[in-house]
Amino acid sequence: MSDNLLSLKNVSKEYSGNRVLKDINIELKKGEILALIGENGAGKSTLMNILFGMPVIHTTGGYEGTIEIEGEKANIKTPHDAMAYGIGMVHQEFMLVPGFTITENIKLNREITKANPVSMILGKRLESLDFEKMNRDARSALDVLDMNIDEFLPVAGLPVGHMQFIEIAREIDKEGIKILVFDEPTAVLAEAEAKNLLIAIKKLSQKGIGIIFISHRLDEIIEVADKVVVLRDGEHVATKPIKETDKFEIAQLMVGRKISIERVDSKNKDTSDESILSIKDLHVSMPGEKVKGVDLEVKKGEIVGIGGLAGQGKLGIANGLMGIYSSRGEVAFNGEKLQLNDAKAAIQSGLAFVSEDRKGVGLLLDESIEGNIVFSAMQTRNDFLIKVGPFGFIDSTKIRQHAKKMIKDLDIRCTSPLQKAGRLSGGNQQKVCVARALTLNPQLLLVSEPTRGIDIGAKKLVLDLLKQLNEEYGMTIVMTSSELAELRSICDRIVIICEGKVAGVLPPDAQDAEFGLMMSGSSHNAEGSEV
Amino acid sequence: MNNAYTGERLKSKSGSSWVADNIVTLIFIAFTIFGFVVSDGVTMNFFLTELSSRFFRNAFLVLSLIIPVVAGLGLNFGIVVGAMAGQIAIAIVRYFDMGGVSGMFLTFLIAFPIAAFAGYLTGILYNKTRGQEMIASLIVGYFANGIYQFIFLFAVGVIIKVPADHPMIKPDGVGVRMTVDLVKVEDGGLKYALDKIMEIPFMWAILLVAAAVLLLQVFRYVRNKNKATFIGQKNTTLINSVICLILIGISIHAIVTKSSLMMVRKVPVVIGVFIIALCIFNEKILKTKLGQDFRSVGQSQHIAEVSGINVDRTRIIATIMSTVLAAWGQIMYLQNMGTLNTYGAHTQIGMFSVAALLVGGASTQKANIRHAILGTLLFNSMFIMSPEIGLSLFGNALLGEYFRTFMVYGVIGLALGLHVWRTFVKGKEVIE
Repeated sequence: MSDNLLSLKNVSKEYSGNRVLKDINIELKKGEILALIGENGAGKSTLMNILFGMPVIHTTGGYEGTIEIEGEKANIKTPHDAMAYGIGMVHQEFMLVPGFTITENIKLNREITKANPVSMILGKRLESLDFEKMNRDARSALDVLDMNIDEFLPVAGLPVGHMQFIEIAREIDKEGIKILVFDEPTAVLAEAEAKNLLIAIKKLSQKGIGIIFISHRLDEIIEVADKVVVLRDGEHVATKPIKETDKFEIAQLMVGRKISIERVDSKNKDTSDESILSIKDLHVSMPGEKVKGVDLEVKKGEIVGIGGLAGQGKLGIANGLMGIYSSRGEVAFNGEKLQLNDAKAAIQSGLAFVSEDRKGVGLLLDESIEGNIVFSAMQTRNDFLIKVGPFGFIDSTKIRQHAKKMIKDLDIRCTSPLQKAGRLSGGNQQKVCVARALTLNPQLLLVSEPTRGIDIGAKKLVLDLLKQLNEEYGMTIVMTSSELAELRSICDRIVIICEGKVAGVLPPDAQDAEFGLMMSGSSHNAEGSEV
Repeated sequence: MNNAYTGERLKSKSGSSWVADNIVTLIFIAFTIFGFVVSDGVTMNFFLTELSSRFFRNAFLVLSLIIPVVAGLGLNFGIVVGAMAGQIAIAIVRYFDMGGVSGMFLTFLIAFPIAAFAGYLTGILYNKTRGQEMIASLIVGYFANGIYQFIFLFAVGVIIKVPADHPMIKPDGVGVRMTVDLVKVEDGGLKYALDKIMEIPFMWAILLVAAAVLLLQVFRYVRNKNKATFIGQKNTTLINSVICLILIGISIHAIVTKSSLMMVRKVPVVIGVFIIALCIFNEKILKTKLGQDFRSVGQSQHIAEVSGINVDRTRIIATIMSTVLAAWGQIMYLQNMGTLNTYGAHTQIGMFSVAALLVGGASTQKANIRHAILGTLLFNSMFIMSPEIGLSLFGNALLGEYFRTFMVYGVIGLALGLHVWRTFVKGKEVIE
């Protein structure tokens, strides 16, 4: 028997032929804090889903490799099994029932009951709840965390910092808890709250609980963890004791060199000094991608990349400008004030948007390609219509001509302009989205996650297309993407968004570590030391 | 996070937009008062007699809707299925000429497995139509009605052999008659079988209930007065106590002076006891593990699932409970009516009960006993008053009838519309 509390051996996972985890080996000792770090899509969540026995794993064919808990092979099929093995999880999005009190949440489905006459006949499920005991337990769990909040308060309306602690209280209230997983616990917390949390985590580890701490904040990891495991693209890149490394190295390991899309510097590019879009203090309330005060200048004729980790607000910027989510701030476009919260005004002023949500917002899947291409222009600008009195008739000849031209220009592979958009491959769907945006004759094109969900060959085509639009037609492009590599391949400069704000602007040929540190929100510290 | 903060949190729950939250209830109160003002033909006696008999008929059915709402299934129009189960039980008991109190309880007993099975199937359907339970419940009612008609119109006589001369069977020997007399309990039937066990004057009933509620309030106050959670409820307790005192005063006055209020029709004690028992049951079940599971599932299926609660099973149990209670409610309803309208008695039950619950201030996500009781009273007040208003305003009672229909569906529409609107407003986060 080893002294390992938990060991994962050669754990792999495939989603319909797509390998998302490859041979992960992790060992966790009692009272140890292990930090797990990686970019979005690196496989952190999948790994934790495996550990926690989430249904999504077993409905897609299970996993390979073995999990051992205290030296014995564990077979975790459901979250229930995971709990039985003493694995607890503090979720990123709160698993709290807002209408319940703190006690009820801490004791969710582990309520203490006492028998009553009815339950003696009809079974345990009809036993009454023993609120006194439950309150007492909740109290003591909260006391461990130094929370002096009243346990009978409803959870709805509590500050997020408290909700996080209630989640933790629930886990430590469980009997025989051995391993506690924290999934980005500090992502939603303010600085002071995060500090408290880290103190609590240390305290718990001193009690002998093994802790897996998932975070992208390098400073926190350095502060709290004993060792760090870096994942990249589903691969186990490194395991290092924290004393033998620094955040510079971790950042480099995390970002790494991916399959590089070669950057060809353009020769005849005329970027003027004239500003086309100027954003001041933009706030957007896009769920999960909140923007909290972004300032940004875009010059005519350039390609600006917006990067950053998921949930930091990079997607919110374009969505806010286009009036899809409610927003506030000062935006000047072409020297004129842009009306926010009004999609039609945004389009009419000369902005066009290729959404990251291709199938939801971007395309009418059951509509023909030509219908998709002209749809926005027809709706907002009355193009392609023959006006007869109050009625507008669709000008199908003109639409056909235009669609054919677009299909030829953008090289959309299809059988005819009448083919349904839903039948196209991802890359071609993306091209239809671009074609629709171009039909609006925009002066500035906002493109979000243009290569999401399309294969590597098509990726290059889409990126080449954007580059071509920029170079040949002088179109200004603002491209948002989670994939740093593709931003670096075509953008003139890259803005990194962290926690809803601009963390910094980097040239595309800056070093990996610089990007990594900036995305983790710790660049201000790094600047002082020699990079 | 000191205690001042706690108090503030608990208090701030009330207030905000009280009128908007209770708009449906307020409309109905205003309507009833308006009815009294414009129509001069309605005496208090007539009104209370009508109201009490309707209340005792319907309250049980309305109360059967609470559990599904708590369990997050929304308004269970599917209680129609339960009502049919109740009617099948009544038809069986009636066919074999059983009756009296024992016959009544046999009816309850027979209805139980039928309703439980139907509820089980309905529950499975709700699990498959997650998020659309209300539409599904509406449709399942219509679908079940088809099966019900098949059994009663065709199976009885063709598949199940019955004598053509049985008073329940149509003269041609196939199918059950449109209306079946349940025969008075004195003659060995089911009519008034529960009502006649014991009846007390209306004002006595008011006195008893008011006194009991007052005692309960005092008891709660004494037990909880020092608990911090009680702060927000203090005023409610006070108001409730005052209302009870007023009612006690009025009823004692009426009893002592033998005023005209004593002429209000007597009320059936047993039904009353059943209604109170169901209230207590609804209240107590929520304090058990099962009830807590209902609430967890109702608040968030996802969180409940992750916490290891068997969501599907819990939802099925809630549906079964509701269906069985509805079956019993329908039996009580019919023994009071005295005749079984074989093909019509159940059809409106779902709509009317749901409307009544909504009128009481419930929503698709929140319902409690107060909503059910208040709703039953107000909704039936509207039923009583609308022909009177039609008569006195337009000289035509029929116009009031149309108005009834308008109000029933209007209320459901308004409540659902308000619900959607509120979720929309909540979902649309505005930047502060």
